[in-house]
Amino acid sequence: MKRFMAFVKKEFLHILRDYRTLIIMFGLPVAQILIFGFVVRTDIHNAGIAILDLSKDEVTRSLTDKLASSDFFRITANLDSYNDIDAILKKGKTKEVIVFEDNFSAKMIHQGSAMVSIIADGSEPNVANLVTNYTRSIISSFSASLAKGQSGTSGLITTEVRMFFNPRLESQFMFVPGVITLILILICALMTSVTITREKEFGTMEVLLVSPLKPWQIIIGKVAPYFFLSIVNVTVILLMAWSVFRMPVAGSIALLFGECMLYILMALSLGILISTVAKDMQSAIFISFIGLMLPSLLLSGFIYPIENMPKIYDYVSMIMPPRWFVTIIRSVMVKGVGLAYVWKETLIMAAMTVFFIVLSAKRFKERL
Amino acid sequence: MRKVLFLIQKEFRQILRNKFLVRAILLVPVIQMLVLVPAVTFEIKSVDLGVRDNDHSPESRELISRLTGSSFFRITATPLNDDQDESLLLSGKSDLVMIIPDGFAKAIKGRETPKIEVLADAVNATSAEMGWVYLYNIIMDYNRDILVESGNGQSSPQGITITNRFWYNQDLNYKFYMLPGILVILITAIGIMLAGLNLVKEKESGTIEQINVTPIKKWQLIISKVIPFFIIGIIDLAFGLLIGKLAFNIPFAGSILLLFACSAVFLVAVLGLALFFSTFASTQQQYMFIAFFFILIFVLMSGIFTPTESMPLWAQKVDIANPVCYLMRINRMIMLKGSTFSDISGDLAGLSILALLFITFAVRSYRKRS
Repeated sequence: MKRFMAFVKKEFLHILRDYRTLIIMFGLPVAQILIFGFVVRTDIHNAGIAILDLSKDEVTRSLTDKLASSDFFRITANLDSYNDIDAILKKGKTKEVIVFEDNFSAKMIHQGSAMVSIIADGSEPNVANLVTNYTRSIISSFSASLAKGQSGTSGLITTEVRMFFNPRLESQFMFVPGVITLILILICALMTSVTITREKEFGTMEVLLVSPLKPWQIIIGKVAPYFFLSIVNVTVILLMAWSVFRMPVAGSIALLFGECMLYILMALSLGILISTVAKDMQSAIFISFIGLMLPSLLLSGFIYPIENMPKIYDYVSMIMPPRWFVTIIRSVMVKGVGLAYVWKETLIMAAMTVFFIVLSAKRFKERL
Repeated sequence: MRKVLFLIQKEFRQILRNKFLVRAILLVPVIQMLVLVPAVTFEIKSVDLGVRDNDHSPESRELISRLTGSSFFRITATPLNDDQDESLLLSGKSDLVMIIPDGFAKAIKGRETPKIEVLADAVNATSAEMGWVYLYNIIMDYNRDILVESGNGQSSPQGITITNRFWYNQDLNYKFYMLPGILVILITAIGIMLAGLNLVKEKESGTIEQINVTPIKKWQLIISKVIPFFIIGIIDLAFGLLIGKLAFNIPFAGSILLLFACSAVFLVAVLGLALFFSTFASTQQQYMFIAFFFILIFVLMSGIFTPTESMPLWAQKVDIANPVCYLMRINRMIMLKGSTFSDISGDLAGLSILALLFITFAVRSYRKRS
């Protein structure tokens, strides 16, 4: 045991001595969470739109003003004919063109209905959907306000909606936990797999293996410092979420830390497993970064909810540890639930951790 | 020139010797594209709805059946009291809970205004808003119909009819959008990681000294480090596009040649950056962190996952230096819209300036003897 402790201490000193890596290790997650917390959002401001007004009358002008004065849109051009639409959309700065038919207000008054066509650039489906919806709702409310003068009440049933957990509908509540999930797994898996393959690449693993330390002691000794550093990292990140993004931890902080530790442990054991497969650092980095980045980003529900994916992805994403942690951390941080609501996810993560450890122990032995 | 060719040959041999890595370079992009591209969509397929009907009248049942009739809502629970409402939201079993008040039918008949309460799980603000708007529209439709039925509603002509169409991608097929994006991300990550690590590895193991004492010039060394990864990037790109065509039938509205030309400029920019970063790192671990930081920033700010229009203004300005952002736009424009050289010339110019800048940085900061 004493030998083991000495080894852990040596590993600690190794890491602490390399102040450049240390700065990067603490600085990067903090900087990334800061940037992404502000940058990753899905609501739209100032999207470029163009107007093709074939009528140019009172009504179309005031509707155009209404669109321009909204926070969502910025008018990039006034077009003269249908032929201009393709050209302006191809430039890419304009996301949709709104076409008012000719004699707009006359048709509205005499025939009871005039037509607006929205032509959106479908090459960005998400933006196309959002701008179309915004435009529709602005025009509808404009139309309703015109009609109000003529007809009486608009209906009987009233509705009241209450937005739970996030009354101001901030996208950060969705994305900050996601960013934490993504960055933690990448950093932990990268660090562990690299630190072990490094010994292999330089041949120093042989030296360690002939020492009286047992193989598992070597591995744990190498990984333990990263476990502590990661916990410090989590603490800093959570403090930042609270102070910068005004995201208090709604649930129990002890539970949140417990879950984070489990997740870190899982990510570290995944890193160990990767290091048993990879021969050198390049391969280890390739798997733990390029292999993990996109799947963690896309199949975890971080940005794209899994419910909206084709059914089969409900099962495919089950093997992605971040999926479970995103659910846990959102539930605990934002909804404030206790273990009773997330025990299933916790259990799955624990099982994954055990699985990774057992598998890497087996592989490790086989090779020796 | 012959020297450079020998050096390139040496690099390729070294790369090809690592069988594991070669397989990873070819297989990882293919697998990830096949698996990830069909997954992603922003449209909401269905909203899980909890319904608490306190009225149990024909009217309330009519409203509920309209909700189940729309393929958008799936009724997952029928809570009985406030506690159950909340626990549905907490456990995520329902996204929305609708509460129809006691006396709903009576109020409608009596021309009073009953109030329907809706609770939404707003952790995902966008989904919550969309779900709520759909629900609201259905309630309002129902509302209009009972007014018309009772002869009281002026089936008032809608003042303005709105039609909408999506050009270049009529059905808003997300695969056409995601595929070029994911491909660019993979090429970026592979290029920056491998090229930089390759150089730092020589530093870390000391073999760079051996090269330094040879008469090889700085530019020769840099070219020989860039070209292999440039070729790998182009191969991965061609591979990816082939998959896009075969597996997802992605359209190619524009010129493929132009696409490859832009990608080539992009690769020069990215690889230049990799070499530049590598001058700051003395171990592969350090380099890995630098690369990790920038790749993630490039990717998440590229506008592929969340639109650049929703980023704050400062972030949109920062994107001027983000090569990935340019290529995402260019790819989309060429492949889906068939944009021509003149349409993308602005973006291409920006990308070229970046490429020039990064390569200059790399050449300048690389010290042969350090």
